[in-house]
Amino acid sequence: MNGLKTLWHRLGSPRWFYQMMKPWQTGLGFVALVALLVGTVWGLAFAPEDYQQGNSFRIIYVHVPMVVLAQSAYMMLGSAGFVLLVWRMKMADVAMVAIVPVGMTVTAIGLFSGAVWGRPTWGTWWEWTDARLVSTLVLLFLYVGLYALREAIPRAESAGRACAVLAVVGLINIPIIKYSVEWWTTLHQGATFTATRMSMPIEMAAPLIVNIIGAYCLFGYLVLLNMRTELLRRERDTKWVGALRTEVIDGV
Amino acid sequence: MAFDSLGEFLAMGRHGLYVWLAYGVSVGSVVALVVAIRARNANIWQRLDEEESD
Repeated sequence: MNGLKTLWHRLGSPRWFYQMMKPWQTGLGFVALVALLVGTVWGLAFAPEDYQQGNSFRIIYVHVPMVVLAQSAYMMLGSAGFVLLVWRMKMADVAMVAIVPVGMTVTAIGLFSGAVWGRPTWGTWWEWTDARLVSTLVLLFLYVGLYALREAIPRAESAGRACAVLAVVGLINIPIIKYSVEWWTTLHQGATFTATRMSMPIEMAAPLIVNIIGAYCLFGYLVLLNMRTELLRRERDTKWVGALRTEVIDGV
Repeated sequence: MAFDSLGEFLAMGRHGLYVWLAYGVSVGSVVALVVAIRARNANIWQRLDEEESD
């Protein structure tokens, strides 16, 4: 318990976080690059063709990792918002700032790749009556809204709290996305795999798993880099950033 | 390899347009995101250096 408490306090310390996360950032960035290269080449050129969909199914190797990540990123964003509201932990606000642009881009890619896959498969780019599609579009609007809200409120502290409230309220959308394919029978197919069941042969699923791992690592790399950048910006007048600057100058 | 030639790989059956459109836009967006976030970091360092020399 004591160790956990110490970790919690340390996570709240900008200086500790900035230094300790550097190797994690580098490591995750490296793993992301390797995994995404391997998974993408494997999925595009080596995985067998789908007997029903032909080669358009290869789009799932970008689509599935991106939409899975879009939802996970939002859950982290909502959790960070909750931590900010309850414990007033500033690091949670830094995390929110860092996650929003990544989540927004990833959601947009998920929607776009899904539409491009839907065209040859369902015969349409978009379907307003499909609950999975519409709830994912709502997710994109939540990310855009969170970005705009922060830009719109000049006082940083008020902006952070407003974004935290919106982020927490928006969490309602996550189970809606998840269960949309079960609650409403629509165009979108059910989950390709869950923790216990896989509806895909392993030769097709393996590159997908590699790309999902790569996507999470990329997310980790980008969010850590973005958080560390935001910390530098917010703490530029402190002693530790000053010390960091001389270190860098001496190092060159 | 699931394909017999480079031409077949590029054609993706009759789905070349869709596959390469999805991959092109996705890879382009991810690269743009990485570049933007790295540029933001570089920009902060540059500003810190300028403040230092003032």
